[in-house]
Amino acid sequence: MNWDAWIPLLVVASSLLPGLVIFTLAEERIRLRTTLNMFGAISKLLLVGVMLWGVFHGHHYETRMPLLPDLELVLRAGPLALLFVSLSTLLWLVTTVYAIGYLEGSPHRSRFFGFFSLCVTATVGVALAGNMITFLIFYELLTLSTYPLLVHRGTEEARRAGQTYLVYTIIGGALLLLGTAWLYSLTGTLEFTPRGFLSELGGEHRSALITIFILMIAGLGVKAALFPLHGWLPLAMVAPAPVSALLHAVAVVKAGAFGIVRVVYDVFGIDFASALGVIEPLAWLAAFTIIYGSLRALFQDDLKRRLAFSTVSQVSYIALGVAIAGPVATIGGVVHLVHQGLMKITLFFCAGNLAETLGIHKVSEMNGVGRRMPWTMAAFTIGAFGMIGAPPLAGFISKWYLGMGALEAGQSWVVIVLAGSSLLNAVYFLPILYAAWFRKAPDSWPHEHDFGRKETALALLLPPLITAALVLAAGLLATLPFSPLEWAKLISVREFYQP
Amino acid sequence: MGVSVATLFAVMFSTVGLGFQILDNGPYHHTIGGWVAPLGIGLYADGLSLLMLTITALVGLGISVYASAYFEQSRSVHFWPLWLFLLAALNGLFLSADIFNLYITLELMGLAAVALAALSGGVNALAGAMRYLLTTLLGSLAYLLGVALLYHGYGSVDISILAERADATPVLWASLGLMGAGLALKMALFPLHFWLPSAHASAPAPVSALLSALVIKGGFYILLRLWLEIFEPHSSGAEVLLGLLGSAAIIWGSLQALRQTRLKLLIAYSTVAQVGYLFMAFPLSMGAGVTVWSGVAYMALSHALAKAAMFLAAGNLLHFGGHDRIADLDRVVQRLPLTAGAFALAGVSIIGLPPSGGFIGKWLLLQSALTQGQWGMVIVMLLGSLLAAAYVFKVLGHAFIQASVPHEPRAVPARMEWVALLLACAAILIGFLAPILLPLINIGDPFVITGDIS
Repeated sequence: MNWDAWIPLLVVASSLLPGLVIFTLAEERIRLRTTLNMFGAISKLLLVGVMLWGVFHGHHYETRMPLLPDLELVLRAGPLALLFVSLSTLLWLVTTVYAIGYLEGSPHRSRFFGFFSLCVTATVGVALAGNMITFLIFYELLTLSTYPLLVHRGTEEARRAGQTYLVYTIIGGALLLLGTAWLYSLTGTLEFTPRGFLSELGGEHRSALITIFILMIAGLGVKAALFPLHGWLPLAMVAPAPVSALLHAVAVVKAGAFGIVRVVYDVFGIDFASALGVIEPLAWLAAFTIIYGSLRALFQDDLKRRLAFSTVSQVSYIALGVAIAGPVATIGGVVHLVHQGLMKITLFFCAGNLAETLGIHKVSEMNGVGRRMPWTMAAFTIGAFGMIGAPPLAGFISKWYLGMGALEAGQSWVVIVLAGSSLLNAVYFLPILYAAWFRKAPDSWPHEHDFGRKETALALLLPPLITAALVLAAGLLATLPFSPLEWAKLISVREFYQP
Repeated sequence: MGVSVATLFAVMFSTVGLGFQILDNGPYHHTIGGWVAPLGIGLYADGLSLLMLTITALVGLGISVYASAYFEQSRSVHFWPLWLFLLAALNGLFLSADIFNLYITLELMGLAAVALAALSGGVNALAGAMRYLLTTLLGSLAYLLGVALLYHGYGSVDISILAERADATPVLWASLGLMGAGLALKMALFPLHFWLPSAHASAPAPVSALLSALVIKGGFYILLRLWLEIFEPHSSGAEVLLGLLGSAAIIWGSLQALRQTRLKLLIAYSTVAQVGYLFMAFPLSMGAGVTVWSGVAYMALSHALAKAAMFLAAGNLLHFGGHDRIADLDRVVQRLPLTAGAFALAGVSIIGLPPSGGFIGKWLLLQSALTQGQWGMVIVMLLGSLLAAAYVFKVLGHAFIQASVPHEPRAVPARMEWVALLLACAAILIGFLAPILLPLINIGDPFVITGDIS
């Protein structure tokens, strides 16, 4: 029996099956639920580890199942897929621990963890999808499985936010479906291929292909929160903190950004897309989103809202890196897929800790919080400096490669955008850090929980510390084999240099 | 009651048996009593009949199990005979090989359906059923006139003989008009849908499910057969009209569904919209027959499963809360998770989101529309999906939050919840079964036009 054909399917199933079982569990079966969650998360991590090792040794992991007469469901572990799948698997494990701590004692946890598992299943499916139809299926599944998490609290505000989210994402999904179906009617294939599968199409399809590109990028841009399609994201912060963390770092937003990478590299191919003239507008749009998101973040007093606008800005680095269309910038964009995830999840974990432990939701309430919760704020500080792009953190690596790549591709305007964005990042993060560490703490916190001698529950504290350590490691150890940067280089080489 | 469920199992086994038979030997002709076509009554089964029979058996079994818990004794004695009567009519309809026989089964189906719709008593139900009765009789009458014209013109009621003899004459066009209009009325094609919402929404839940999932498909099956065998080569533009009406049905039905504040009416209008998709296939099939009709068969199959699940779920909610006001659903996601799940999964298929049967059907239709450059249809289909998403999630959104008017819940029997959920799961699962089901449906090439010889 050929195990290599089963492993991608097992990776998807390792969260799907526990998720389905969790739905059936009674609310009070905490121990079994936790066991299932951890079993799923850890076995997925092991399976991904096996795939990483195997791909390095020349194995080829691919699952194929017929879906329609000439279309198949394909799950394949290429370098780009592995990069994203490792990120989501790792962060799922961490977030599961965090969510177990965060939701302790709150109602409807079976439902929550069931959908949480489905959400990760969809993300992993998006990552491993080997053709556009498989991608589309998991992309829609992601929309559906995230919705119950968004409205989990069951308030009228949550319902509204969920509604807005659906309006954006369902329309986005329809555009993507239209683009995909149209493409299929032109080519008869949807298989992701390095450097695209469209270059053989004749010139008479030029305008159709441009429209398809716009449709697809619009459909993906909704989730990736490209301006002006980002409106749902700041509202979505009504969700519980672990959901926000997952949403911003690995699941929804990242799936959109990942999709853009896929469409540009493996559907159109970077050269073909450049020749169509669609890449440059994408670069401008991404650059505008970067500045716009940062500017909006400046004026938010709600901490999670500020972080949400920061995501709008930061995720567009990925699209920008892709759209600069040079090998070095590609490294920067692709590696930012991982780096942004690590940094943003740290920040959201910390925001969740502040809300859960002290009832702090606003930036203006954060005076002196560094002395009350030093570990949490240390993690937050690392995440924030990473976002600003301070060496030697992960964000610096991304920005360095993006800047170098832009110069190499002769697009020096990008450097100005990067500098401006970093400046703005500093302007909206540094005051928070200053207030937290150097201002005097108020006499009482808005809504303080008592955790004894510890600053907060261990399950809440460990996850941000781990991810903050990873932010540090991704920067310091960037040149070691298997680092995100090395994978990104591999992907870039494959896209630009290999025959 | 036990007898009925046993009957359904027997029907199911017979269908499976028939399935194996035609899988091995191709389409199956049976002449009752040995009398051949012009004189005797012929039965015919190919992949398309098999599909319809299977849907009927599957959905029928589910609804029977549901009904066994739903009806109290006094209603139950009326429901079971009528339902088995309807089942017989449906099975006969899907096997008939001549247009007069089809008329008989059509009429039987209509009468049984009307009686079932009136079952819950009450002013609304009776008014709805009365309107339904008049409509269905008018529809049958128009159909019968068409039969008479064809018999007069071509001297036969056997479909295959008619297929050979049909030519482009006013007789054919008149009968096409009459039969088409009659069947469209029975299927509630826009703008002839006026009777459907009240009849479907006021009936008891299992009956609503039967009407929406199966009875509508009976009319469609006849139209499809006649179209493919007799009318298609001489249609002279009728398909454009059908397509336009179908498009209008999708938009109008979905918009109306979105406006409703009561769940069962919302689902009933959703049926009006979904019927539209079936009619869109007529103009599309002129370019790429088999793909389009396969897509439509898939739409019909998944709609039957999903819509039955939806109506049964609505029945559970009504039973649970005593009302079906959407805004007052009051956290049913937590209180009736299986039912909420059934509604959500059925909704996924109705919207046409992957992975589901509805997605496969829509993908095939969308493909055909795109390759033929039918942009109007592409837009209507996508718009229909978006509107469907809007009305499905309107319900689900309210299912998560607390209502302002809390109400006394009444426990829902587990059987009723599970049937709804299983039917909805089936609608999702068939999204993965296309490589198996599509060849089955195409046994005997029901979608290959044979009458082009003239």
